[in-house]
Amino acid sequence: MIVAVTGVILVLFVIGHLLGNLQIFLGPEWINSYAQHLRDLGGFLWAIRLFLLIAVLLHIYYTIWLAIENRRARGSYREREPVKASFASRHMAMSGLIILAFIFYHLAHFTVRVTDPRFALLKADPLNRYDVYSMMVYGFQNVIVSAFYVLAMFLLALHLSHGASSFFQSLGLNDKKLTPRLARIGRVVAWLIFIGYTSIPVAVLLGLVKPAQQL
Amino acid sequence: MNFRLRVWRQKSSDEKGRLVDYDAPDISPNTSFLEMLDIVNERLIERGEEPIAFDSDCREGICGTCSLTINGEAHGPSHPGAACQLYMRRFTDGETITVEPFRARPFHFIKDLVVNRGALDRIVQAGGFISARAGSAPEANSIPVPKHDADRAMEAAACIGCGACAAACPNGSAMLFTSAKVSHLAFLPQGHPERVTRALRMVSAMDAEGFGNCTNTYECEAVCPAEISASFIAKLNREFARASFAKKLGD
Repeated sequence: MIVAVTGVILVLFVIGHLLGNLQIFLGPEWINSYAQHLRDLGGFLWAIRLFLLIAVLLHIYYTIWLAIENRRARGSYREREPVKASFASRHMAMSGLIILAFIFYHLAHFTVRVTDPRFALLKADPLNRYDVYSMMVYGFQNVIVSAFYVLAMFLLALHLSHGASSFFQSLGLNDKKLTPRLARIGRVVAWLIFIGYTSIPVAVLLGLVKPAQQL
Repeated sequence: MNFRLRVWRQKSSDEKGRLVDYDAPDISPNTSFLEMLDIVNERLIERGEEPIAFDSDCREGICGTCSLTINGEAHGPSHPGAACQLYMRRFTDGETITVEPFRARPFHFIKDLVVNRGALDRIVQAGGFISARAGSAPEANSIPVPKHDADRAMEAAACIGCGACAAACPNGSAMLFTSAKVSHLAFLPQGHPERVTRALRMVSAMDAEGFGNCTNTYECEAVCPAEISASFIAKLNREFARASFAKKLGD
């Protein structure tokens, strides 16, 4: 239940974060002022970060604990054929742990900004705000960075294609008719999230989105 | 038809088991899987070898005694249906068929293809009695039950307790079994007086037996010979949440 509730919090964050990021397509003015608004929240922003951190830690702690219990409980077959279980549902721990590794990298990359020396050269935008727009563009111009990003988003979508609808089952918020529909909606939402996030590095690499300033 | 069987042979839980190959020639396509094993056993006995131990009773899909994992699927490739309802025509001539027991940690190994599923009985025992009047049948309209509730209760009561759900679950979880047992009484007014304690006790008995936790892979409902829907697991989650809450308020 804790896994389900924290999962929902994280899914909502993922969607919110996506909507924030997609503002890059509206130009530097939009996304830079959006980022400035976030920073202007000050203490409240840190409260949100702390809240998310706790959600992530609880989600991971309980799933690892469950995974250990489940591994112990299952029978050791010589031969086993999954009948209905999706690939995603059978590999939640694997996709989850790789996403965790990505989150560490992602925070170091765009939030703490320690992995890319070019970010230090970025000047403030004309309204004296941090130029998030150009930072994202320069960040994604690196093919390896973008590739890892897309891979992580693929695994995130895989994770959510099972997880997003699993929540309803775990909390008992469904019935026989609703379950397959929710599962379908969950998968669609997961892959929309994938398309949304992936569109940014793809657009940058194709040169559709250019930096607002030269380094 | 001719088959090659790879059967799990293990004398006892103290000894190491292994898959042993047997040829099963000359099998009628209309033989059931268990009859096929009988034929193989007769031939083994004629040769003076130890027959393959396996569980069976009614052989018509209602008792839940047969417990074979065939080609990696609980009750074999034909769903829904118990292993006794599986016919050899479902396989192709010359096919190699792997047969293993139902495996989950709480199912203690006995011999060859036989495991002890007493853990499931103990979950039911933990649920306890219902305080409904026994004896002669009551007047039919004295306790009204809505059609929907009666239908769901009957659906859940169809569980034959074979344990295929736990055997097929990648987490060795008996949630589908427990959810069926908790639900079929929770849907009926006769089951209401003990509704809270039953849900709590059966869930804690399930955990105490060492069954795993549900991760919603739905392998259980795919192999269930009684077609119990995994939506009963959602019902169990609701019942458990409701019972925990009621218990907190009560205390």
